[in-house]
Amino acid sequence: MTAVLTNLFDGVAYGMLLFVLACGLAVTLGLMNFVNLAHGAFAMAGGYVCAVLVNQSGWPFFAALPLAFVASAAIGAALERTLYRHLYARSHLDQVLFSIGLVFMSVAAVDYIMGSSRIFINLPEALQGQFDVFGVGIGRYRLMIVVICGVLTALLQLVLAKTRFGSRLRAAVDDPRAASGLGINVPQVFAFTFAFGCGLAGLGGALSAEILGLDPYFPLKFMIYFLIVVTVGGSSSITGPFLASLLLGIGDVAGKYYVPKMGPFVIYTMMIVILIWRPNGLFGRTAAR
Amino acid sequence: MTAQTDVAYHARQHGRWHWSEIAFWAIVLACGFIFPSRYLIMTEVVRLALFALSLDLILGYAGIVSLGHAAFFGMGAYCAGLLSAHGLINEPVLALIVAGLAGMVLGFATSFLVIRGVDLTRLMVTLGIALLLEALAERFSDITGGTDGLQGIEMQPLLGLFEFDMFGKTGFFYSLAVLFLLFLLARRIVHSPFGLSLRAIKNNPLRAAAIGIPVNRRLIAIYTIAAFYAGIAGALFTQTTQLASLDVFAFERSADLMLMLVIGGAGYLYGGLLGAAVFKLLQVAFSTITPQYWGFWIGLVLVIIVMVGRQRIHAAALFVPNLILKQIGGRKAVVALTDNEAP
Repeated sequence: MTAVLTNLFDGVAYGMLLFVLACGLAVTLGLMNFVNLAHGAFAMAGGYVCAVLVNQSGWPFFAALPLAFVASAAIGAALERTLYRHLYARSHLDQVLFSIGLVFMSVAAVDYIMGSSRIFINLPEALQGQFDVFGVGIGRYRLMIVVICGVLTALLQLVLAKTRFGSRLRAAVDDPRAASGLGINVPQVFAFTFAFGCGLAGLGGALSAEILGLDPYFPLKFMIYFLIVVTVGGSSSITGPFLASLLLGIGDVAGKYYVPKMGPFVIYTMMIVILIWRPNGLFGRTAAR
Repeated sequence: MTAQTDVAYHARQHGRWHWSEIAFWAIVLACGFIFPSRYLIMTEVVRLALFALSLDLILGYAGIVSLGHAAFFGMGAYCAGLLSAHGLINEPVLALIVAGLAGMVLGFATSFLVIRGVDLTRLMVTLGIALLLEALAERFSDITGGTDGLQGIEMQPLLGLFEFDMFGKTGFFYSLAVLFLLFLLARRIVHSPFGLSLRAIKNNPLRAAAIGIPVNRRLIAIYTIAAFYAGIAGALFTQTTQLASLDVFAFERSADLMLMLVIGGAGYLYGGLLGAAVFKLLQVAFSTITPQYWGFWIGLVLVIIVMVGRQRIHAAALFVPNLILKQIGGRKAVVALTDNEAP
């Protein structure tokens, strides 16, 4: 029983991490309808920035996390302004080709700069090991992830639902023309959102070095996971992708623990079945208009 | 002239062999004799060309985007490898056809999943299927050999006459013959009424359905045919390299394939063939500059192609040949640009 609960906890932590990694993609793919396969590259950038700061410059882990966010967001903003912006109106095929190109470039570039082996981030003492709550083993690091990601999710939901920026974004997404007619600077809103999503991915990448493993092939390896979160979750709100990531996280951890031989088989089958059954995602509105 | 005869006339004009096509195949055949020391790499180009031709059939003609075309390639590769390793079918040509049929069956089975939904769903489902097969191949590593690859593939002489030599001469001419035959078939298919109906579907499925084209059935048919082609390409891979490992299903293979087709241009059959040659040349050039990091430059090429615009690049590439042909022949563009490649 306790083993089940421990697995459940690990699954939740994993799922929340996936959510932070993928929720930027939920906006670009789900809301702006841009197939950005290179989302993982931004996550990887954040992870490597954090690793370099902590391991080589001796920064404390918690100080490096915000910087991972900022670095990825800056890269995202720069690329959005220079490249992505021109491709919003293009066909999906063009977007796919472009973002695959970016993935290839990022993989080779990181391989060149940092080497091809898996990288680890030196964690502070306080985050290592695990403790027991009524016999359920809870990893400190995973607990931290749950807390950080939980707070982030709540904040995101608040910002989207309550603030002026949130309503602008929703308006811009629902009908860009009408929104710009009302005086909303749609490209700016999109650019800001894109950069913010990339920043979140970067933060997720920094957090995931310990759990998912960080190497130059990260964007390729986890691309499918991000896509699953978004397509299965739909995009009507933050809740859809959130539930989808939890489901995916718990499913993946349980799958690896109880039927290790089946490997990632379960996940892929689930995705295909869900996409066939409900092409617009489990929760809510269409992901591709 | 009535509309029907008009359409038929243009379709026939389009379907006729142009002298530039004959020249193209003559040059390809000549390459086999001019560069006897480059058989291995030329075999690879031919194989990639066949694979790209397969994608062209569904992407260029029917408008189905796929990120997992390696699924059928891998199916064919493993099928040919297993047939040979266990000595079930020793005749390479027969094994090739059986492997193609295996790909075809897989294509038929998955086509029902693929024809549903929009571009995005198709991308995801095709990608998912390829990943699924890769996971399966890894799971049943006692059959497939897992990451080490399939062991003990021995090729028997072709048709009992031609031994596969270490310089790859037999392999090259064998692959080229297969490519040419399948190209003829593809050419026949796309210029038939069936092929024209596919173009109609690509341009507007709703209108195509309105004029009485059974959209779903046509898409299933062409997807199945394309899977057959990809299966054959995979089988050629196994037969000419005597190798089959997990990476036949890899995502990079599908992605590279898209790049080839984009370089060459989709929707006129030769795009895949030219694209495969250019891609291979680029790959060789890049990997002599940076052996480990050529992926970066390939990625850069992709990004530039998309940023500049595919049509503009093709127009630029065809500018000089068309100019020359116009001067000599006094006619308009001979190498036609593909119709409505991008919306």
